[in-house]
Amino acid sequence: MDLLRKIGVPVAAILIFLGFWEFLVWVNGWPNYVMASPSDLPEAYIRFWNLFLTGSWQTLWRTVAGLGIAVVAGTLIGMVMGFSRIARDGLYPLLVGFNAVPKATLVPVLALLFIGQHNFNTVLMAFLISFFPIAVSVGIGLSTLEPEYRDILRSLGASRFTIFRKIALPKTLPEFFGALKVSVTLAFIGTNLVEIISPHGKGLGALFLSGQTNSNYPLMFAVLIALAVLGILLYYAVVALERIFAGWAERPQG
Amino acid sequence: MANLIEIKGVTHAYKTPNGPLPVLDGLEIAVPEGEFAAVVGPSGCGKSTLTRLIAGLMKPDRGEVWLHGKLVKSPRKTVGMAFQNPVMLEWRTILQNVILPLEIVAPSMPRKDRIARAEELLALVGLSGFEDKRPSELSGGMRQRASLCRAIVHKPDVLIMDEPFGALDAFTREDLWQTMHELRAKEPFTAVLITHDLRESVYLGDQVFVLSGRPATTQYVLDVTYPGDGMRRLEGLYTPEAAAMLATLREQIQIAQGRHPGPAVH
Repeated sequence: MDLLRKIGVPVAAILIFLGFWEFLVWVNGWPNYVMASPSDLPEAYIRFWNLFLTGSWQTLWRTVAGLGIAVVAGTLIGMVMGFSRIARDGLYPLLVGFNAVPKATLVPVLALLFIGQHNFNTVLMAFLISFFPIAVSVGIGLSTLEPEYRDILRSLGASRFTIFRKIALPKTLPEFFGALKVSVTLAFIGTNLVEIISPHGKGLGALFLSGQTNSNYPLMFAVLIALAVLGILLYYAVVALERIFAGWAERPQG
Repeated sequence: MANLIEIKGVTHAYKTPNGPLPVLDGLEIAVPEGEFAAVVGPSGCGKSTLTRLIAGLMKPDRGEVWLHGKLVKSPRKTVGMAFQNPVMLEWRTILQNVILPLEIVAPSMPRKDRIARAEELLALVGLSGFEDKRPSELSGGMRQRASLCRAIVHKPDVLIMDEPFGALDAFTREDLWQTMHELRAKEPFTAVLITHDLRESVYLGDQVFVLSGRPATTQYVLDVTYPGDGMRRLEGLYTPEAAAMLATLREQIQIAQGRHPGPAVH
């Protein structure tokens, strides 16, 4: 019963969405080159299945790599901001400003900086677009640690590192995972941005672009759906990690 | 008996944007080994600063803090602390919370012994059977009991408590006072209790130190002679002797607040 609700309800929601989409296309009489309908997609998947597989893999690994770097760098920046007031005052405007820059404008910059390094550029963009929420949440989590939490260990002569490892780090985990859920979709957007904008791209973004060039609209929509599926998979991978490492923060319902 | 805690002429001021804010001024407190000192005083008179000084978490501008005949310069492993907030680590079970100080103070202690020690204390405060629960599954009073266990698990010389019962309802608070006496009977430690509750100070303290308003000095020291023999009983608070002590303390607090002591108004 519980399993049925956990899986059945979201699946039903997706089916209703697809049905509505199909209905919308049918009722408006839109031809394929205006708006593809869900029933056009299986054909695209069957025809280009090998491109979808390699494209998904390329998109996936570069997103995860960028996200991994964002986790490490974001946590480090967050630690610096969490422990030092001066660093916090100094870094905040800089980070906010950087985050406000539309990342699409950086694609040509990166492309010129690292000519031909397509994989590197893509991973770099995934990282650049996704580290901000992690840095901010870790920084806030550490700087708002109640002094008593520090004092129970400090009064025993524990080192700063021990206090960080035993108290500050685990206490920040729920905020960290909250940020990671935002970052995972951002990293995904970053990867696709480079794949679509930069020429000679790889991954699902490039497949989308080739659909556009060949006016193959069902292919384009099939790519969008594949991207959505990948995004959902990554998101729930983060949720699973959160259950393992910060499951204690979840209170029993009722 | 030698004094375990000696605070000699401690003066301290905090730096603020509007200049120094003096909080302590020539404070004198001496607590003999094994005794229980209660500290009362008006709000914001520097009582919490006092706990941090004894714990070695900060140094006074002037004056000295001595523990066990040694000048306190930095934190030492021989103190235990409990606060109004039980400060439970939500990601650990109750047992793991209590064990925490042992991980710092006695890293080589075998795991089996740590668990035995924590279980022994949890049984003393009536938390047997809750070892594997998360703090969020316990009531406020139970969390505070666990917090007291954690404060003394490493057998500290000094237990420093900053209003540990302040956030609890009256009945739970009285239960915990009783627990405190039971703990003292089994575990020898010298205690400093910061409190706003005069009845609490008389029921738990061997001496009650009344601090003046900011900057705080030691304004008055009351030696508690609790009515009755043996273990203190709550009923003792409703005797004329206790009433007289409470009246004295209330009068002293009024002086500390800068008000003229008058007849108690109810």
